[in-house]
Amino acid sequence: MNPLSGIFALAVQTYPGSGTAPLFPPSASTISGEVDALYWFLIGVSVFFSALICALVIGFSVRFRRRPGVHATPIEGSLPLELLWTIVPLGIAMVIFIWGAKVYFRTVKVPSNAMQIEVTGKQWMWKVQHPTGQREINDLHVPVGVPIKLRMISEDVIHSYFIPAFRIKRDVVPGRYSTAWFEATEPGEYHLFCAEYCGTKHSQMIGRVYALDPVDYQRWLSGTVAGETPKQAGEKLFASLRCDTCHNTQSGARGPDLAGLWGSEVALRSGGTVRFDADYVRESILNPAAKIVKGYEPLMPSYSGQVSEEQLLALIAHLESLSAPQGAKDRP
Amino acid sequence: MTAPSASAAPSFAPRDNYLTADYSWRSWLLTVDHKRIGILYLLSVTGFFFLGGLFAVLLRLELATPQGDLVQAETYNKLFTMHGLVMIFFFLVPSIPGVLGNFFVPIMIGAKDMAFPRLNLLSWYVYMIGGLVSFLAIITGGVDTGWTFYAPYSSTYANSNVALTAVGVFITGFSSILTGLNIIVTVHKMRAPGMTWFRMPLFVWAHYATSVIMILGTPVLAITILLLALERLFHIGIFDPKLGGDPVLFQHLFWFYSHPAVYIMILPAMGVISELVAAFSRKRIFGYSFVAFSSLAIAVLGFLVWGHHMFLSGQSVYAGVVFSVLSFLVAIPSAVKVFNWSATLYKGSVQLSTPMMYVIGFLGLFTIGGLTGLFLACLGLDVHVHDTYFVVAHFHYIMVGGAVMAFLGGLHYWWPKMFGKMYPEALGKFSAVVVFIGFNLTFFPQFLLGYLGMPRRYHAYPEEFGVLNVLSSAGASILGIGYLLPMAYLLWSLRYGPEAEQNPWGAKGLEWEKAPTPPPTFNFDATPIVTQEAYAYADDLPPEESRTQARLV
Repeated sequence: MNPLSGIFALAVQTYPGSGTAPLFPPSASTISGEVDALYWFLIGVSVFFSALICALVIGFSVRFRRRPGVHATPIEGSLPLELLWTIVPLGIAMVIFIWGAKVYFRTVKVPSNAMQIEVTGKQWMWKVQHPTGQREINDLHVPVGVPIKLRMISEDVIHSYFIPAFRIKRDVVPGRYSTAWFEATEPGEYHLFCAEYCGTKHSQMIGRVYALDPVDYQRWLSGTVAGETPKQAGEKLFASLRCDTCHNTQSGARGPDLAGLWGSEVALRSGGTVRFDADYVRESILNPAAKIVKGYEPLMPSYSGQVSEEQLLALIAHLESLSAPQGAKDRP
Repeated sequence: MTAPSASAAPSFAPRDNYLTADYSWRSWLLTVDHKRIGILYLLSVTGFFFLGGLFAVLLRLELATPQGDLVQAETYNKLFTMHGLVMIFFFLVPSIPGVLGNFFVPIMIGAKDMAFPRLNLLSWYVYMIGGLVSFLAIITGGVDTGWTFYAPYSSTYANSNVALTAVGVFITGFSSILTGLNIIVTVHKMRAPGMTWFRMPLFVWAHYATSVIMILGTPVLAITILLLALERLFHIGIFDPKLGGDPVLFQHLFWFYSHPAVYIMILPAMGVISELVAAFSRKRIFGYSFVAFSSLAIAVLGFLVWGHHMFLSGQSVYAGVVFSVLSFLVAIPSAVKVFNWSATLYKGSVQLSTPMMYVIGFLGLFTIGGLTGLFLACLGLDVHVHDTYFVVAHFHYIMVGGAVMAFLGGLHYWWPKMFGKMYPEALGKFSAVVVFIGFNLTFFPQFLLGYLGMPRRYHAYPEEFGVLNVLSSAGASILGIGYLLPMAYLLWSLRYGPEAEQNPWGAKGLEWEKAPTPPPTFNFDATPIVTQEAYAYADDLPPEESRTQARLV
């Protein structure tokens, strides 16, 4: 935790009827300290340059105020000064750029051992399913000290999943999966906001994130009705939708066998390859003709309108569980 | 060539000027005089400013308490949408180019009028038609998509007057294009003899750069809005994934115009600041050519940074990196300008008249606005502050602290020339201070709110954000008074203000030195011949002083 944020936490004011009014958000994930460090550096830069400009403008305005008989001195400019105030800000900007890009790469590169939670956004709620099958709406329970990967999609308009205490945010877009990850460090209860304007009840598309000690998380899991895990639901759907009629291991099957493909590059009938990932599986279920695997005919009917976003996530979880090739990692 | 008119003017008085040439309604509504068209714009943008301001008052009243208790959520969403639409498309974009640019670009380059006077009038009518269509959309139910019209919410899900509003914005865009075209041609073809490119005032350079953006950017906005309307009305799949479209494509197209549009709003403001700094420190702008070329650099680079609005939208990580570095680069020309303006004051003869008070306010607020832009260009930090009140505070520092301060400063500077009347100076200074204090109290707390995590466009919010929101609402009420005061005393001055001299500030420039106050219909008694650079304040120095002081440099 940044020492300065501690000072801000002390500067708590009391406001009648509303308890405390903090000036700085809690810092509760592995990334939050890094984001805060950037923030304080930028505040330092901003304070320095604002003070410099203020001092110059006010100082000159007073020192060189109009006086009778005193004329302005004609000065055209100065190349060394122009170079100075081009190059120095440019250098500082590049430092901020590189530092910011580094932190950003940390926020998009998901650790390979992350626990995956499926998130579906819709007007105006967040639906969550844990790998062990527990479902939540608007709340999110996570263990502290475990990297959590969120695979997210929207059923309707664009939303954005925002947990200020963890300094993470990611747009949740219809038609494609987006990913965010975090690792909580401090047990506690935190805000969850929708940050992308999504219609009438945008400001009510909020919830709570509960970061729990692993023991408490297990207790919470066991105290909650688990239902089917996404994998189990996906396996059942795969059977009930008769996917296995064509996608099977028999020679001469009408569709490719889907086991073992996850994360690999698949050759296409039209030439080129596609990565066998969540977005490709989703597209192939809803719009099968878009990218046909090499050696197969465009025979598959569209399942658009027959499977919900949550069922799609289940099918994807099932296919993902049919073994990923060794060494394949999830891309951001 | 005229004699120095300060001595010549009284012998003509009272004389005809563009205001007294004709008093009929027809003469105003069918005028092709760029100055009268400027006045028409002044009336319209003022109307839209107070309409947008009214929406802001209601927003801040709602946000004074955490609960959504003053208006319903739907109404609140419409209010912030219409506040943004009105302020951006009908106030900020046309304000300085339409009013001050229209009035002074031709005079500053020694022209009788714009290159295409009728097109100029058409541009005002197109703007008004667009404005009235949007106004119709507002009074028949309003629109709730946010001014950004993000799809698929706007194209498929919103139940408000999206299509009609879009038509209004679409039409108004053509007004921008016509104004830009007119200014470019005017600057190229209408300069007086001797008015070379590097003798042009920086105000003209800034308008030239702005016009280039208007012409290149606005058609993309028109196309985007058209595509949106096609999807909304005829369900042609472009942006909605359910119809086979891509919602992120909308954001690319929208920001391809709307980020450069930020520079459409701020570049003319920078032009105003250059004029005012020179006039009130009696000096040529420090590093004239650096200030001129930084406008062009902003115009070019400004087209390459739109993706910094989309770091979290799902665009590729590497695209994000490129847009981030370009966004840092576009900050540099703005920094160069601020340093040059500050350096101009050095060894100047600085007079803190009302317009200069606004300049000092601008320099402070624009600096903060620009620096906080770095927070948003910075990838790792943008993840946290994107779509929070931090962004709201940042762009208000640029748009209100920058563009509106400059507009007010420019209006006070040129008011005597436009109407031949002086306003009460003490009241002017007082209002500038009120605006500055009110502005900071309104928007500074929003930076803190943003980092705390309060998302923008929230009708209700958690109680812990209450104190900062109360401060912000309190500041807004002070800011409102700060805007009403100039409205009152400037109107008062039209009737009761003392007569203005030809050049009350002792400023350089054809509009002060050669054009009578107020100018006649064709601006000058004879075409001026330019023999000096812009801001030739050194020419007024006694010869011996000029020499001795020049050695001190």
